[in-house]
Amino acid sequence: MSKRRLIPKLQLKTSSYNTNKLVLVNTKQFNEVIEIGDPVSQAKIFQDQAADELIFIDLDQTLHHSDGLLKVIRSVSEEIFMPMTVGGGVTSLDDFKMLLANGADKISINSQAVKNKTLITEASLIFGAQCVVVSIDIKKNNSGKFTVFIDKGKTDTRLDPVEWAVECERLGAGEILLTSIDADGMREGMETTICKQVSDKVNIPVVLSGGCGRTHHFIDAFKDGHADAVAAGTFFSMKDENFMQTRAQIKNSGINIRVHT
Amino acid sequence: MGNLTSVFNAFEYLGEDAMICAHPEELKEADRIIIPGVGSFGRCAENLKKTGFMDALNEEVIHKAKPTLGICLGMQIMAKKGFEDGEFDGLGWFDAEIIKINPSDPTLRVPNIGWNEISFKTDCPLFKDIPQNKDFYLVHSYYMKCNNEQDIIATYDYTFPVTAAVLKNNIIATQFHPEKSQDYGLKLLENFLRWNP
Repeated sequence: MSKRRLIPKLQLKTSSYNTNKLVLVNTKQFNEVIEIGDPVSQAKIFQDQAADELIFIDLDQTLHHSDGLLKVIRSVSEEIFMPMTVGGGVTSLDDFKMLLANGADKISINSQAVKNKTLITEASLIFGAQCVVVSIDIKKNNSGKFTVFIDKGKTDTRLDPVEWAVECERLGAGEILLTSIDADGMREGMETTICKQVSDKVNIPVVLSGGCGRTHHFIDAFKDGHADAVAAGTFFSMKDENFMQTRAQIKNSGINIRVHT
Repeated sequence: MGNLTSVFNAFEYLGEDAMICAHPEELKEADRIIIPGVGSFGRCAENLKKTGFMDALNEEVIHKAKPTLGICLGMQIMAKKGFEDGEFDGLGWFDAEIIKINPSDPTLRVPNIGWNEISFKTDCPLFKDIPQNKDFYLVHSYYMKCNNEQDIIATYDYTFPVTAAVLKNNIIATQFHPEKSQDYGLKLLENFLRWNP
């Protein structure tokens, strides 16, 4: 049986010191940004700690006017031998091709998936469903209901997260990356309720992201949220927590994950 | 398509002189052949035919018997037939069909994405110095159903034994991705480089 996965999420932004370079950042509710270092050396640390996969998201979506993102994933893939999902500003099949050619294994699409649904289907036919990750950002709207937001959390599509996830699967997506904007960077727990609803309705794997602050938040995501994987940014880069400790605790709670390589 | 770069990087990392072949005639220069690949069976089969790679591979792998490693779709394409998005002919090196994973437990996901424990036949050269039941990374919706049990050298459990690796003469192939499976994956690629069938 496939094991549950722990995935460090490396969010990238143009460096404030060098505009040709992408640096690793943390965010809070998609806003407050903190620069924390070099993505390549951080990725190496994650590999040494036997993380299960890596997710790279370019928040500035520089793909169409700079080679910063390609440089990062190229250098990562030269030294790191684990699966990599890459996203941020992907709008076309050519973007898929370019990122795959530079070392990505899976491509994450978000706003463009909503704006041009045929991209999901076409990419899935050409590159295989396993390559197409649809990233779904959710947020509670004024009436207290979770809806799907796009354009880095700025536009409310009014889509229902569960219905949208089901449609993504039907269109050919191979994985869902579900992120709660409200929980992002807050370290107060994950959005397990919506995750469970999505997980139980689709047959493709669901990765839950946003809100990890303690080890038991991972356990909640697996047990209550039925998540197949948990992605965390702040948790792994801002604390002394490392994979070995976290993993042992999760394993001890009865969840089937890798404990070492 | 897809994981070419990762596979290339892994062999470079191991100190091997690797080359990505864009044209079928370049295969002649190679001592060993690796067929990586993620994507769909039908499209892959069509491309191999259209570009002349199918004939060139048959010449180098079957006729000249060069040691060959298939990975993921590169393994699947070695089957007689694939049933992804239609019915297509593969290379036909293994008497096998590529069919959808259909676990008896409906909560299990398809595609299966993640780390699974691989058990293998003990005398397999590919798994030399790798312990039993170590985790390897898989990502697939279809698998190879072999008509000859003896071709199968490794499996993993997904409510039924899923073919994880096959071996026949000079051809060895894995459903999992050694180039994405960290230390044990690199070990396996090293074993392939040392393998003299």
